[in-house]
Amino acid sequence: MDLVIAWRNLWRNPRRTLIILTAMVIGITSMVVLSALSRGMIDGMVDNAINNLVGHIRIQDPEYRVDPSIIRRITHPQQLLADITPLLPPGADIARRIKVDGMLGTSREHVGVIIVGIIPENETGISFIGRPVHQGRMINPDESGDLIIGQALLERIGARVGRKVVLVSQNQEWENVSRSFRIRGTYRTELAQTEKVYVFVLLPVLQEMLGVGEGVTEITVHLEQGKSGKDDGLAELVSALNTKIRDSGYIAENWRQMLPAISAYLEMYNGYMLIWFIVVFIAMGFGIVNTMLMAVYERMREFGLQRAIGMRSSRIVRMVMVEILLLLLFGSLVANGFSLFLIKIVFGSGIDLSLFAEGTEMWGMSRVIVPALSLWDLYTANGVVLVLGLLVGLYPAVRAGRFTPVEAMRHL
Amino acid sequence: MSIVEVEEVSKIYHQGKMTFKALDDVSLAVDKGEFIALAGPSGSGKTTLLNLVGGLDLPDSGKVVLDGNDYSKMGDGQRADLRLERLGFVFQSYNLIPVLTAAENVEYILRLQNVEKAERIERVQSILDEVGLQEKHNSRPDELSGGQQQRVAVARAIVSNPAVVLADEPTANLDSKTGEKLLEMMRVMNEKRQVTFIFATHDKMVMDFARRIVSLHDGKVAGDQKKDE
Repeated sequence: MDLVIAWRNLWRNPRRTLIILTAMVIGITSMVVLSALSRGMIDGMVDNAINNLVGHIRIQDPEYRVDPSIIRRITHPQQLLADITPLLPPGADIARRIKVDGMLGTSREHVGVIIVGIIPENETGISFIGRPVHQGRMINPDESGDLIIGQALLERIGARVGRKVVLVSQNQEWENVSRSFRIRGTYRTELAQTEKVYVFVLLPVLQEMLGVGEGVTEITVHLEQGKSGKDDGLAELVSALNTKIRDSGYIAENWRQMLPAISAYLEMYNGYMLIWFIVVFIAMGFGIVNTMLMAVYERMREFGLQRAIGMRSSRIVRMVMVEILLLLLFGSLVANGFSLFLIKIVFGSGIDLSLFAEGTEMWGMSRVIVPALSLWDLYTANGVVLVLGLLVGLYPAVRAGRFTPVEAMRHL
Repeated sequence: MSIVEVEEVSKIYHQGKMTFKALDDVSLAVDKGEFIALAGPSGSGKTTLLNLVGGLDLPDSGKVVLDGNDYSKMGDGQRADLRLERLGFVFQSYNLIPVLTAAENVEYILRLQNVEKAERIERVQSILDEVGLQEKHNSRPDELSGGQQQRVAVARAIVSNPAVVLADEPTANLDSKTGEKLLEMMRVMNEKRQVTFIFATHDKMVMDFARRIVSLHDGKVAGDQKKDE
């Protein structure tokens, strides 16, 4: 009966109920849709970072991150691969690479770069270099004298595809070694800075140039799922890998360990969203309290009557709370439906931020933001509205319960 | 034994710096099955006395006992429970819950008493038929005339089989013909069910129907007349 009365009471003044429902729908929708867009932006940042030659898991010499030189290499990667492969989940891709600092020289200038030795077919689906090239074409396995550079670097050095450049680095005896390469193609990434830094050659060519036999500086694992928030079990997998390779002297790390800034941002993000939800709710909460207070004062005589015929004040409080709960549930239902419509239908294919690409690049964000609806955000936004809504609703409800029958019956 | 005992009751209202003595040392005993009118002009204290008898308010001094229960020794919740079980109310302005139908308004009190559904339906049906609202079970208050609304209010007051029904100016908003029908209906219920009716009124017609008239003037009992005396 309380439910029936509450529902009918809500629609006694449809205009007022619709106004507060509209405020709730706008509030909750803004929470859910903006959090989905932010989550999509962050997912894009994480994906960019992971695809930027980081991978989900990387195995390397523990000193390599501090001193990225060729002496910090994995000397027998085949043995390591044989050890780790059985532990990896289905669909995991593995790439071996050498990454060393070097110089790229033309007849006019030299620029500092990171030279990356890759096996092109292993990079597909793992990193940006596995995607189709922008200009020219990818290096074939038999083209030992070719390299791929970023489009931004090509433009900076004023070269073009087909021209020759010289790569200089140091071998394990700290002697300078150099070799000339022909620019076979250029790549593009989400971030122009990446295009200016990395140059790619065939792994065997770089191994030979540096005189390291089959040695590599890293083994990168790319997992099939791998978006932010979907990396459950990643820490356990890394732990299992480390146990397996403990005697080798190398270390496996996940992307959160390799990208602590992004990881910290992600950790902070949930707290930030909660604060945002609460701020939105505060604005909405005033509307709820005001509406319910008006509804309560309008029905003072009714409450007086109910008290007179024997209803306890606690029951009056409960009745008003049921009404507030119905209002909140109905508002949430409509708002969630509208949010899903916006996220899946209106913004489903993403929002193109190309116009602001320079700004977005600076933060490592993608040019197109696809909203990513997170259940955490959905539950939290609705939870905040329901819990805080009931809390602020206590005020008008308790006021209703405190009317004495005589005072309430006198009210006109 | 009296069903209602009012002993040396006084009630003072405060408004700002002003005080107003609504009841001054009033005593009254009402026996079971009486049909009694508290009569007097506006401000004489009849509604205040009715509120005190109904446990809606507490006296500043003296005591009010309903069916052996002394209000001064009861908490707010206990008084509410006693009202639910032993009292029925009829108000001048009907005071029906506007979002409920006539049947739901009457049924509401039985729900509060946790009466079984089948019994609720039977009792509601029966009492609405008794007050002549067979065709109006599913009408909302705003679809009923004043007289019909007051009949629903009487049905609501009586459906829980209370010991006492308190009616505050029940005919004030009704034309004389409708008011007379309503009073006739209440007198039948009084005789048939032995329910005590206490009216606060200044309507002569109510006083004509009453078998006992207690007159109040300036918060004091000015007269107590039984018709058969």
